[in-house]
Amino acid sequence: MGEIFVAGLKKLVYSQKLAPYVFVSAFFLTFAIFFVYPLANTTVMSFQSVLPGEVEFIGLDNYTKLFHDEVFWKAVANSFLYMVLTVALLIPFPMVFACFIHSKIMIGGEFFKSVLFIPVLTSLVVAGTIFRLIFGELPGSFMNQLLGYFHHEPIKWLKMQTTGFGALIVLACWRWTGVNILYFLSGLKSIPQEFYESAEIDGANAWQKFFRITMPLLKPITIYVSTISVYAGLAMFLESYMLWTNNNSPDNIGLTIVGYLYRQGIEKNRMGYASAVGLVLLALAMLINLAQLRLTGVLKKEGE
Amino acid sequence: MRSMRASQTWPKILLLGFFVFLAVLVLIPFAAILIASFKPGKDLIRYGLNLNLDFQIMSLANYVFLFAGDHPYFVWFKNSVILTAFQSALTLLVSAAVGYGFAIYDFRFKRTLFICVLLIMMVPFEILMLPLYQQIIAIRLVDTFSGIILPYMANASTIFFFKQYLGGIPRSLIDAGRVDGASEYGIFARLIFPLMKPAFAAMGILSAMGSWNNFLWPLLVLRSSEKFTLPIGLNTLLTPYGNNYDLLIVGSCFSIIPIFILFLYFQKYFIAGMTAGSVKE
Repeated sequence: MGEIFVAGLKKLVYSQKLAPYVFVSAFFLTFAIFFVYPLANTTVMSFQSVLPGEVEFIGLDNYTKLFHDEVFWKAVANSFLYMVLTVALLIPFPMVFACFIHSKIMIGGEFFKSVLFIPVLTSLVVAGTIFRLIFGELPGSFMNQLLGYFHHEPIKWLKMQTTGFGALIVLACWRWTGVNILYFLSGLKSIPQEFYESAEIDGANAWQKFFRITMPLLKPITIYVSTISVYAGLAMFLESYMLWTNNNSPDNIGLTIVGYLYRQGIEKNRMGYASAVGLVLLALAMLINLAQLRLTGVLKKEGE
Repeated sequence: MRSMRASQTWPKILLLGFFVFLAVLVLIPFAAILIASFKPGKDLIRYGLNLNLDFQIMSLANYVFLFAGDHPYFVWFKNSVILTAFQSALTLLVSAAVGYGFAIYDFRFKRTLFICVLLIMMVPFEILMLPLYQQIIAIRLVDTFSGIILPYMANASTIFFFKQYLGGIPRSLIDAGRVDGASEYGIFARLIFPLMKPAFAAMGILSAMGSWNNFLWPLLVLRSSEKFTLPIGLNTLLTPYGNNYDLLIVGSCFSIIPIFILFLYFQKYFIAGMTAGSVKE
């Protein structure tokens, strides 16, 4: 009896009907255990006060408290400022740099492409430490030495809002410029050369070629890069964690939404409150996703 | 193609000059930490990180300490290597199987399940960090490598990439395998697997890089120093007193090397993997 059962089971597993389910089973398990369950869990927790040993349902209290929490709004403002600045810098400049590298008169394009890509290979622990020391407040730190050449007093870079945030943006640009150049280059490679040749015959100058041909044809890539930049900007945490050793920036000048979630959940062990922060972040991320789907027209196609 | 006109010489030089300037800017932080690695940590605390070459105080002392001193650096290094190898291999295997299932078969709930793959990509990991952390504590996987690897096993973007890649595999090949009497899994293992080498290279490099530099999740999962990975270990050296700066700086320098070597060797796969998501079908 048992043998027949085992043989039957084996036949079933090996059947063409069941095979696809076996192939995707690992994903299904991961999805259920490490995605759906924690997401449901964090949603439930956001309506609770979670303290070690006692869990209490408190309705919308976490959210109302969050709404009046000045530090939280500071974190939201920082995240949005970071997002806006990184998108404003990390889209146009890499696009133009990519066009330069792609142009016929560029020497050593491959080499420069690689050099500019190197920063993203570096662990943020290392990169953050280097930048923290470069922007150090000692008179001998690299940035203060630069100021010294202009006969300016040393600055406490990371202790002030403007210069501290500036350091964060410099770190982001240093890290991501090369990657974004690669994205735009992959887009430029797919533009047929004939477009430019026929434009030249019509007497178009370099500006016209860039604005009339290159930019419109790069639109899909631009949307893609913008989306991941907006997304990464919104969920930024480690850059500021490393720049101000362990999530502690003076006056919260570098605190981000995820930084606040980490502070409440891990440092202060307020899981319920931290979950509410997480869900606000999730709502923002979903808005961005919807906007992107609208932009790329995926929703229109699927509107059956 | 026409030969180069003389009028293009200046633009060429200007363009080259501009990119040399950019490259120098990008390399300053690396130069700074490389120079610092030859100076005593005390000097760094007193004067700050800069590009001054002061041969009076520069020596190989930190490197001697790195290779011969009493510290757990190479334990962390070994952990990072092990974890990176296991995590990349597992992610590739599992994601390849899942991608194959989505690309080749038609089955019930396929569309729904695939939307789930896209859904995972849309939710930042940081949101799930806290409940996942609680889960790992509950199932007693805290302070284990399994606790780090398991949640990342079926990686959504890797699955997506493999599905796109396998979409181009001719069905006749699979039918031929069936005619020869191979099982569905045999076809995957013997016929398809060898064809996936370029895709494995691109995604393998990407997942190795992610795993080698992964910080936030291991920071939550790991507790004991002998299990730390390199980034976590280096982070523990960041004390306000700066007493570990000798090791921190030289160790940071050394930790960049493996990824650099990988990058130099497999550059085209790195770039293929990085830009894979942007190319629309």
